[in-house]
Amino acid sequence: MQDFGAAFGEAFRLLVSLDPDLVEIVALSLRVSLGAVLAAAAIGLPIGAALAVARFPGRGVALVALNSLMGLPPVVVGLLVYLALSRAGPLGPLGLLYTPAAMMIAQMILVVPIIAAVSRQTIEDMKEEYEEQLRVLGVGPSGMVATLLWDARFSLLTALLAGFGRAIAEVGAVIIVGGNINHVTRVMTTAIALETSKGDLALALGLGLILLGLAITVNAAVMLLRRTAGHAAFA
Amino acid sequence: MRRLGLLLVAAAALLAPLAGAGAAEKFITVQSTTSTQNSGLFDHILPVFTGKTGIEVRVVAVGTGQAIKNAANGDGDVLFVHAKPAEEKFVASGGGVERFDVMYNDFVFVGPKADPARIAGGKDAVKALQTLAASGAPFASRGDDSGTHKKEKALWKAAGIDQGKASGGWYRETGSGMGATLNAAVGMGAYTMSDRATWISFKNKGDYAVVVEGDPILFNQYGVILVNPKKHPHVKAAEGQAFIDWLLSAEGQQAIAAYKINGQQLFYPNAKK
Repeated sequence: MQDFGAAFGEAFRLLVSLDPDLVEIVALSLRVSLGAVLAAAAIGLPIGAALAVARFPGRGVALVALNSLMGLPPVVVGLLVYLALSRAGPLGPLGLLYTPAAMMIAQMILVVPIIAAVSRQTIEDMKEEYEEQLRVLGVGPSGMVATLLWDARFSLLTALLAGFGRAIAEVGAVIIVGGNINHVTRVMTTAIALETSKGDLALALGLGLILLGLAITVNAAVMLLRRTAGHAAFA
Repeated sequence: MRRLGLLLVAAAALLAPLAGAGAAEKFITVQSTTSTQNSGLFDHILPVFTGKTGIEVRVVAVGTGQAIKNAANGDGDVLFVHAKPAEEKFVASGGGVERFDVMYNDFVFVGPKADPARIAGGKDAVKALQTLAASGAPFASRGDDSGTHKKEKALWKAAGIDQGKASGGWYRETGSGMGATLNAAVGMGAYTMSDRATWISFKNKGDYAVVVEGDPILFNQYGVILVNPKKHPHVKAAEGQAFIDWLLSAEGQQAIAAYKINGQQLFYPNAKK
């Protein structure tokens, strides 16, 4: 297949020339997915921590449900968000369909279960270690949630990264609620789908390589942040 | 703690531009088909219209069936598709104001150059389908209720063949857009039917070529409709109508005719004015 060689060529050409369309698409991809992950973290982390600390009847069922939601099919989420945001839907008057905000909402829904489920496990493991100490100090459940969330903050970055990986890579939801509109809602994955359907496989694969590079950059940046922050904390 | 503050500031900076994104300058949303987008027609004509009027045109490119449903939900100001009977039904149901012819091209059958079904060079689309069905050579169908799919089903009916019975056998429904179906057809050595514009601009042709063309039954008409503001009050009627008027004007029609790939014209304007 000469497509592979051509793909590297295309990726290189786009990067070196700093193709303005590419820059726009990459920026929007980052904005939508990072925004979705931050919003999902605000919802998912407290849920995860609460589930780790709380003991109540039906907790096992809740955990199974949460873990299963990690496998939510993006296209189904896209469809649900479309139905909600469509002019004919309950949130239609907001006029959010075919905007980056709609894409963020869809990705946020996909990411919340991942962040909640992974952080629940992380915090529960940490709780084993801390519980006795905290109890002796007389810390209540909400204080325990806050303490555990703060002390697990670096481990929890992994939950955020897992969520980011899901958000930046999915196409099924954003193509339905965003509409893949040029210069408005076109992101990396929908651009790849479009170029594939145009039969320009080399360009599509080249964009795929750039997307992969983007994911590596974000992960490396987080790793770096974690290191320097870790040093600062223990210095 | 300061780091957390920094993070929040970064997040705010990230999200701030989104707030204004929806309320930007004047724009309309057009529900259209993959063929007009994938062929590059919109990239060619829309800047001309936007330059003249200042109205940005946001295109959602899906199959005709889905485009009509989206428009019926009020998710768009203008509908620009190619399935005349379905379009007329949409207008009759009150979803659209009035339908206008804009342009046409034609459908072609494409297949491997080796031509296992021996239909190459034919000018009779119905006969070609009968020969193809008898040969058992694979045929890739859109299978997505798009304008092209509707046309293809009508042709099978005219040929007196119940192709649905062979679904999963030699008749393969991809359930995706024209480009994706062409990719699938090339990948599995199947014949398929495409609008000429998508075929000409398609870049993964492999050893495929047009095998049947020129039958008047393969005519492919595109129409444009303003989504009914009486039914959906938020429809930008003035801007949408300005776009339709421009498409039908001498200038819009010339812009359509001027779009060529490798010297081949992809769409032929035929507005009645």
